[in-house]
Amino acid sequence: MTRQTLDQKLAILSDAAKYDASCASSGGTKRNARSGGIGSNTGAGICHSYAPDGRCISLLKILMTNFCIYDCSYCINRVSSNVPRARFSVDEVVKLTIEFYRRNYIEGLFLSSGVIRSPDATMSDMVQIARKLRHEEGFRGYIHLKTIPDASPELIDEAGLLSDRLSINVELPTDAALSTYAPEKNPGQIRRAMADVRQRREQSKDRSHTGKRPPKFAPAGQSTQVIIGADASTDATVLGQSTRLYSSYGLRRVYYSAFSPIPDSSAKLPLISPPLQREHRLYQADWLLRFYGFNVEEITSVTPDGNLDLDIDPKLAWALAHRGLFPLDVNRATRELLLRVPGFGVKTVNRILTTRRHRHLRYDDIARMGASMKKAGAFVTAGGWTPGQLIDSVNLRARFAPPPEQLNLF
Amino acid sequence: MRCVTVPLIGASTVWRDAARGLLAAGVAPSDTLWNAEGQGDAPDLFGAEGAVPTSAAALTVPRSFVAMANSVCYHSDPQRFARLYSLLWRLRSQPHLMSDRADPDLVKLRQMEKAVHRCRHKMRAFVRFREISAPGANRRSFAAWFEPSHYTLEMNASFFRDRFADMDWRIVTPDVTAIYQGGEVALEAGQAAPKLPEDASEELWLTYFRNIFNPARLKVNAMTSEMPRKYWKNLPEAAAIPDLIANAPARALAMAAAAPTLPPLRAASAQAQQARLTSVWADTGEGLEAAIRTCTRCPLHCNATQAVCGEGPQNAPLMIVGEQPGDQEDLAGRPFVGPAGQLFDKVAQEAGLDRGGAYVTNAVKHFKHTPRGRRRIHQRPNSDEIDHCKWWLNAEITRAAPRLIVAMGATAAQALTGTGARVTARRGAIEQGSLGHDVLITVHPSYLLRLPNAEAQAEATAAFRADLALAARHVQTAGT
Repeated sequence: MTRQTLDQKLAILSDAAKYDASCASSGGTKRNARSGGIGSNTGAGICHSYAPDGRCISLLKILMTNFCIYDCSYCINRVSSNVPRARFSVDEVVKLTIEFYRRNYIEGLFLSSGVIRSPDATMSDMVQIARKLRHEEGFRGYIHLKTIPDASPELIDEAGLLSDRLSINVELPTDAALSTYAPEKNPGQIRRAMADVRQRREQSKDRSHTGKRPPKFAPAGQSTQVIIGADASTDATVLGQSTRLYSSYGLRRVYYSAFSPIPDSSAKLPLISPPLQREHRLYQADWLLRFYGFNVEEITSVTPDGNLDLDIDPKLAWALAHRGLFPLDVNRATRELLLRVPGFGVKTVNRILTTRRHRHLRYDDIARMGASMKKAGAFVTAGGWTPGQLIDSVNLRARFAPPPEQLNLF
Repeated sequence: MRCVTVPLIGASTVWRDAARGLLAAGVAPSDTLWNAEGQGDAPDLFGAEGAVPTSAAALTVPRSFVAMANSVCYHSDPQRFARLYSLLWRLRSQPHLMSDRADPDLVKLRQMEKAVHRCRHKMRAFVRFREISAPGANRRSFAAWFEPSHYTLEMNASFFRDRFADMDWRIVTPDVTAIYQGGEVALEAGQAAPKLPEDASEELWLTYFRNIFNPARLKVNAMTSEMPRKYWKNLPEAAAIPDLIANAPARALAMAAAAPTLPPLRAASAQAQQARLTSVWADTGEGLEAAIRTCTRCPLHCNATQAVCGEGPQNAPLMIVGEQPGDQEDLAGRPFVGPAGQLFDKVAQEAGLDRGGAYVTNAVKHFKHTPRGRRRIHQRPNSDEIDHCKWWLNAEITRAAPRLIVAMGATAAQALTGTGARVTARRGAIEQGSLGHDVLITVHPSYLLRLPNAEAQAEATAAFRADLALAARHVQTAGT
């Protein structure tokens, strides 16, 4: 076999990493290079580029190697797949990260890997890359390490001290689906690893009795990814799992990744076009859970089958099912209720609340504040505006849903 | 008519000083002419009258206005200074104006501020350096050409300085040039696009860009809304975009059309290696503990992190049975480490009961809870779950053969005696357990934590302490 060039390896190992949804570089400790070294982290993530699949490129997202001894059917790197394989050396990853960073292409590194030899051997190579970046290159940028669930606690411990974010993918919405499609992965093991990270993060926030702060452990928190549409789980199942993960392990984010056909796919999984709209609705619902005070049941009970309405967003779907609460008076309604108006975001609601201390709000005022009145109009009253019978009209949903489309015959 | 000319570099300071002087002199916005250097017509010579007054007097304006003005001064709209000054004029009589988010003048300025912030952010994202180091130089040097929509380079100078402190760099825009050398940023007038040498890393970057894209998920609008086409001409990777878009449908179809293949030869040997490793990584707990950890007898295991086994000497004369693991126990995988466990430890010590010599466990091994926001709310296990878990509790009792079992709370009482009713009435009594062991019924320490007033809490704690002391005595007398 001929030796692969760095360019060839990069092609193979970035191609293999593209199924990981996360590329976030927000959060973490604030750092800069004024005292030496290179790089800074301001807390706000920067997306340096965008690919034609609409996803942002903030970090150099690569696999250390795509050799893997596991056989997860949804994964392109599974042992039974025939994709070309490659492996970076520690120095190659360090050099790529630093040189890309110097040219302002990236915010840092997101390193994942197939499992080679053993989980501990793989994790220790990944930790070595992070250690070299931090200690030898003086790198102050963002590092996100994907931990290998079976790796030993000492390695996870060091990984957390070197990186900004740790993550472990739960991959599928139920334990049963995971044991079907990823037989080597153990759902209990994944949850225990997340529990360890949460505990370690909490310990790192306690000052010692002398008042000294321990070193920060994964300051940007931990995240995970669920693959949507590979098994038959409903959105209610997926969102139920997310709320449990948020409450159990204090996760920063749960990423949803529509199952997408992969080259050389396994016979166990259907080759369908990825359910991108479903993924989008799940992100919207996730947002409502975290920032708008909704419960899972409220969002998922609107439709009978436990899946979100694909035509309209989940907040609108909820509002249409609870028309009795509307229209709300923008000048009087509480914050909690205003957050439930379709077309009002958190910023709009904050602006309404500060401004209405001074004066009575009219329709034009709210429109100027950034609300989407095309949506909100039917659900609110304001000075000079009342939706009249609109809220009770039979075809209210049809105003928002996309027009019916002729199916393609061929 | 007063006439002020504001330069491109240092615009916010010049504007602020001038505005302060004009306001102190009581010059109305309609009597002021603001010129932006390098923009629009030459100053109105005939209308100009007198110098711009300066003022050392303190001027109080809301902090939010100052922050907004510092940004808006770098907008490309020639009217920006006049707009800012007229809002400042209005602020004198309407101090709350900054919190009126529906005021048209303020809305317009906030929109301009937002545009400037977006432009500042996009510059941080889309500047692309090329290396221009001289051969053999001990400090590396980089240069970039960028065309921002507003004059945001000055606002970004400190950002780039803090990030790229260990190399020399320059960013050239049509209006302003920033040069970082010897630890200081110097701002100069803009220049034409410089000729930059080829950079080998740019090829690698293009390779990365081409391969990180998934052709099955084409979403061109999502891309262009965040990376507008006006930036493309200075982004090396943008040259690859038309090809990627054009070939995406064909690549996605080809993936769908390809039949599943047979696994490569090495798969078998890799899986054999995996099989060898599995036995080594599996939980190494012995017998019962290992079996409890892999329990899937009831649905509780799906939502809990892990099963929590008992802890303590396996043949302990005293066994303490609680309800179920809580939030902390579920994370740590050990019983009685949360608030209730700590209270138990404290009271047990006071009662002369040695926790280290007892076997401490729970009636139910998995944490049952419902999520609420970012917390987990404990749920009482139902009788079906208690029955399922009795399998494990009974195994632990049989193995330990204790002289006495302390059942704390209704769930433990139910698991051990068959009924969890009236625990407060039954407390302090020793009953016969379903396996024939002595069972002392008492309350669960979390009950003490939940009591609302201090008096009731002290009373109940004393009774609990007495129960534990009784247990300690019972074990000793039964042992002799």
